[in-house]
Amino acid sequence: MHVPDGFINAPVSVAAGVVAAGAVAAGLRGARRELDERTAPLAGLVAAFIFAVQMLNFPVAAGTSGHLLGGALAAILVGPWTGVLCIAVVLLMQGILFADGGLTALGVNITVMGVVTVVVAYALFRGLVLLLPRTRRSVTVASFAAALVSVPAAAAAFTLIYAIGGTTDVPVPKVLTAMVGVHVLIGVGEAVITMLTVGAVVAVRPDLVYGARGLTAPLKLRVDGELVDAAPAAAPAAGGSPKKLWIGGVVTALVLAGFVSFYASASPDGLEKVAADQGIDKNVEEHAAADSPLADYGVQGIEAPRLSGGLAGAIGVGATLAVGTGAFWGVRRRRTAALEA
Amino acid sequence: MTTPPPSLAVSGLAYAYPDGHQALFGVDLTVGRGERVALLGPNGAGKTTLVLHLNGILTGGAGTVTVAGLPVGKKHMAEIRRKVGIVFQDPDDQLFMPTVREDVTFGPAAAGVRGAELDAVVRKALDRVGMAEYADRPPHHLSFGQRRRVAVATVLAMEPEILVLDEPSSNLDPASRRELADILRTLDVTVLMVTHDLPYALELCPRSVILSEGVIAADGPTAGILADEELMARHRLELPFGFVPSSVA
Amino acid sequence: MGAGHAHKLYRHGHSPVHGLPPHTKLAAVLGFVVVVVSTPREAVWAFALYAALLAAVAAKARIPAGFLLKRLLIEIPFVAFALLMPFVVPGERTEVLGLPLSVPGLWGAWNVLAKGTLGVAASVLLASTTELRALVLGLQRLKLPPLLVQIASFMIRYGDVITDEMRRMSVARRSRGFEAKGVRHWGVLAKSAGALFIRSYERGERVHLAMVSRGYTGTMPVIDEATATRAQWAYAAALPLSALLICLLGRTTA
Repeated sequence: MHVPDGFINAPVSVAAGVVAAGAVAAGLRGARRELDERTAPLAGLVAAFIFAVQMLNFPVAAGTSGHLLGGALAAILVGPWTGVLCIAVVLLMQGILFADGGLTALGVNITVMGVVTVVVAYALFRGLVLLLPRTRRSVTVASFAAALVSVPAAAAAFTLIYAIGGTTDVPVPKVLTAMVGVHVLIGVGEAVITMLTVGAVVAVRPDLVYGARGLTAPLKLRVDGELVDAAPAAAPAAGGSPKKLWIGGVVTALVLAGFVSFYASASPDGLEKVAADQGIDKNVEEHAAADSPLADYGVQGIEAPRLSGGLAGAIGVGATLAVGTGAFWGVRRRRTAALEA
Repeated sequence: MTTPPPSLAVSGLAYAYPDGHQALFGVDLTVGRGERVALLGPNGAGKTTLVLHLNGILTGGAGTVTVAGLPVGKKHMAEIRRKVGIVFQDPDDQLFMPTVREDVTFGPAAAGVRGAELDAVVRKALDRVGMAEYADRPPHHLSFGQRRRVAVATVLAMEPEILVLDEPSSNLDPASRRELADILRTLDVTVLMVTHDLPYALELCPRSVILSEGVIAADGPTAGILADEELMARHRLELPFGFVPSSVA
Repeated sequence: MGAGHAHKLYRHGHSPVHGLPPHTKLAAVLGFVVVVVSTPREAVWAFALYAALLAAVAAKARIPAGFLLKRLLIEIPFVAFALLMPFVVPGERTEVLGLPLSVPGLWGAWNVLAKGTLGVAASVLLASTTELRALVLGLQRLKLPPLLVQIASFMIRYGDVITDEMRRMSVARRSRGFEAKGVRHWGVLAKSAGALFIRSYERGERVHLAMVSRGYTGTMPVIDEATATRAQWAYAAALPLSALLICLLGRTTA
């Protein structure tokens, strides 16, 4: 799945590079906040683990075999911040050491395989764990779902990037069908392996599963605390702070709008209906009228109703959120300023 | 003239892990300058917990630890970490840098040593363990015995007051085991050696202490302790088949 | 035992290319690839010249052609994708050996294949003339965030250790008569993967202890600094600059 050079044009590659750099910077900050000076050794070892586990062959049938991509696994085991970092480092090293994935496509690769898989998987996993009863079974079910969705989500993200910056105008619906078809299958494998692996870790060292920390705290399941866990910080309650809630909301909204709207249902009618119901169509038209490059693109560049619907959905949600957040920040800034004055 | 403070003085040290499991129940131990002491004890006696207190990785229990007169605590942490050189059991954990040279350099460089002085310190430490010619090799290309020796060098480079070795002879073939013993004998530092290898303790350390159930249960000449069958049995310590301490010492 | 390093691309040597400081090489390769990617696909001759440039570098570095070509195989999944293009891309059709193929599709396939191959070849040349350690130092010199560089060096240092652990677990499984044949054996493999994670994470914690014991406080002491002279920079820049010249020519003529 590593994209080579020449697939995506230069401007979009650069844009993806900026997204990737931003995500890595956020990952560095987040990981340092959680792990402090332990960041480098722990993230390094987890990256080495991801790298190794990608080489573990899972036989499918008749001599064929598959392997783990690991984005969802990393997100669930070590959390989204460290997860993004680890995958990014693995991809960087694969690009430089093994020529696996083009150097100019590094941003695309990190965005698609690191950021999208980790964020989608973690948001879904965390959401399910909070919704489902507090049991180990829920953790396995949530890991399955998270990994299952993360792979076609990455494929969708790639298709999206290709639709915007592909060097050849491949008919997008065809690419989409092919990519998603293949990746749903891969996703099933990924989901089973991720679920089993997370299950194996939860059974022995539940305290090491980042995404399930909230579950283990009241259960007192730690096995051997020898050596290192001298001060296991009180499990940081994920989803507690407004910031995390906000991030979760953004992700969910983007996933729902941009992804589910063209994958969940097989019939284009249904998708268009979703788009119409959500007022997304209108949104796009307005954007087109405003002559913004993205909106312009959304209408002209893509013929496929499905993709333009989904894309417009994502853009619409993004824009709404940006405006909303801007307003929120503005209000808050003014309020704090007023308080200080 | 006053005598120098002991290299290590532990008194009344007690510690419980955050999960409630208590590992140390009041350890008292003094190791004089230049002594070589073996720390013996069954699995789960609290040996590793004690070792992690010596350079302040674990703190917060009751009791005190002083190293060369310096109390272990936040205030002197950098100094303490330089003075107490711990060689961990698995050299792969200890050798975390890409090459042998960089790994040996890490400690003194972190302490602020630079330039020619740094090079000299590193070369001396590698010479002392006979690994100078491997300086530019990555650690994972070395044999296990060589890695253990480099691990000792990484700590020697910090010119510690006391060298703490966690199971130094584990996984070594007899030749490597003997080579390491030869090296340890030539060092003029205080040594505290945590081990299950009783013949090794007898060979290298005139004095032994037994840590059992979180306290020092015995302290005396190694030969005497190993010969006390009743004491040994009580603390789940066994000599290898056919080994008679008095025949060696 | 020694099989753990078989995947390493590095070929030991003492050529002028091997001797260049790593950050100059990284910058040169990156510059080269960027230029290649921005070259219009119609300038077919430009790509031939790029390939010639790489061949010259390979000759200078004494990297055998066979070695280079073998490494290009990594591209295969995308070659399949490229080969589909002439069939699925709409637009003007042309007849090749009786097959109706799309002209824009052919151009697209050519574009991806040419640029992708040149990119892989350039990266392979970089990796085969630069040691692992040097690459990380180069990244450090190119101002990658220090924490990221640390993570990368730990990954490299422990990559082999962890892969070896994985191999030992596999040997242990097979010694007890287990042979993974199909989906129903995934549970066992996944348990190994889980155990591997726990071991890796715990090792990370122990490594941290070992670091702290030697005075680590969050930043690595700067020990090795890769430095480059002006002449070395100029030497390394020869590749991207000549590529840029070709690209500009290609843009004016295409």
